Amino acid sequence: MSIAWFKYSSPATFYGLAGKLVPWFGWSAGILTLIGLYIAFFLAPTDFQQGEAYRVIFIHVPAAWMSMFIYMVMAFWSAIGLAWNTRLSFMMSRALAPTGALFAFLSLWTGAFWGKPMWGAWWVWDARLTSALILFFLYVGIMALWAAIDDRRRGDKAGALLILVGAINVPIIYFSVKWWNTLHQGASISMTKAPSMASLMLWGMLVMAIAAWFYSIAVALYRVRGIILERERQTEWVKKLLEARS
Amino acid sequence: MKSRHKKLLAIGLGVAGLGVIAALVLNAFQDNLVFFFSPTQVIAGEAPKDRAFRIGGLVEADSVKRDPDGLTVRFLVTDTAKTIPVTYKGILPDLFKEGKGVVAEGKLGEGGMFMATQVLAKHDENYMPPEAAQALEQAQKAQATLSQ
Repeated sequence: MSIAWFKYSSPATFYGLAGKLVPWFGWSAGILTLIGLYIAFFLAPTDFQQGEAYRVIFIHVPAAWMSMFIYMVMAFWSAIGLAWNTRLSFMMSRALAPTGALFAFLSLWTGAFWGKPMWGAWWVWDARLTSALILFFLYVGIMALWAAIDDRRRGDKAGALLILVGAINVPIIYFSVKWWNTLHQGASISMTKAPSMASLMLWGMLVMAIAAWFYSIAVALYRVRGIILERERQTEWVKKLLEARS
Repeated sequence: MKSRHKKLLAIGLGVAGLGVIAALVLNAFQDNLVFFFSPTQVIAGEAPKDRAFRIGGLVEADSVKRDPDGLTVRFLVTDTAKTIPVTYKGILPDLFKEGKGVVAEGKLGEGGMFMATQVLAKHDENYMPPEAAQALEQAQKAQATLSQ
């Protein structure tokens, strides 16, 4: 195990690295959001069927992607944490969960807003919507489980186990529109075919998606710094750090 | 084998096992996960007879007719193989159009007429500006006249 980045699995070194990265990702996220919203509202053309209401995809799709991706990252950290017993992995998954829950909620909420005028219903129990709702409940359940267990190490392990079990839901969400007939439409963008979207619409959506990535990285790193300080407060380096500050 | 490799293997096997279980469960509930039945399935008798279900397909072109009361709508739902007549009393969603996707919830009445209590528009994954849609339509028409 002589790979250099392993030294960043130590909370003390990672604390400094995260601190340096946060402003970069934060500012890029802000700028990209402004660009993305400008494309979304001023440059992207009106849709031939849905009119202006389609513009919800600029929030809805990046949020839905992000909610699934963050869950997979949490599952990754949980598996690493359980196998290697690394402290930082559990802290990372704790830092990511609220952002994942936020995006899961956003995707459901914006979807309902769009569904009422377009489909004629706020909500239907089709496979896509139901599995996305389960993802939101998983996030909330994981955070509740962490909050309920006082012993930190046991809480970490229980949470990691729940995250890994729930990971099975993510491919179900993604493929639900293929496996079953759902009211929700199929993917406009996939690995196997050209996107079925006008290019400016696509660009707006991709910029917003990257902005969502950067935002998630920034807030997760910011949050993990807080968690590191809280958990390592008995150690020498944190004491020194706090002394230097005051 | 190091203990962390054993753990990683256990996690891998655990997740794979859960995957298999999930696949089996979803397969067993296949019928319940279906959001709608196609007209072909309904005519083949696969849809439930005594309770409400949903049918989905395309609204057949030139099939939408309004009754004099102004609220009742009759149209045909097709999957290009079979068609089913539908009646519905109420407000239709914006995206409801001939030739476009639709999902209707209701019961099968006498004579194979589907009595809908709710009509939802099913949107497809294509997003484009109206000019592009128009150009596409014209190209298709040109293609059609060429092949005649």
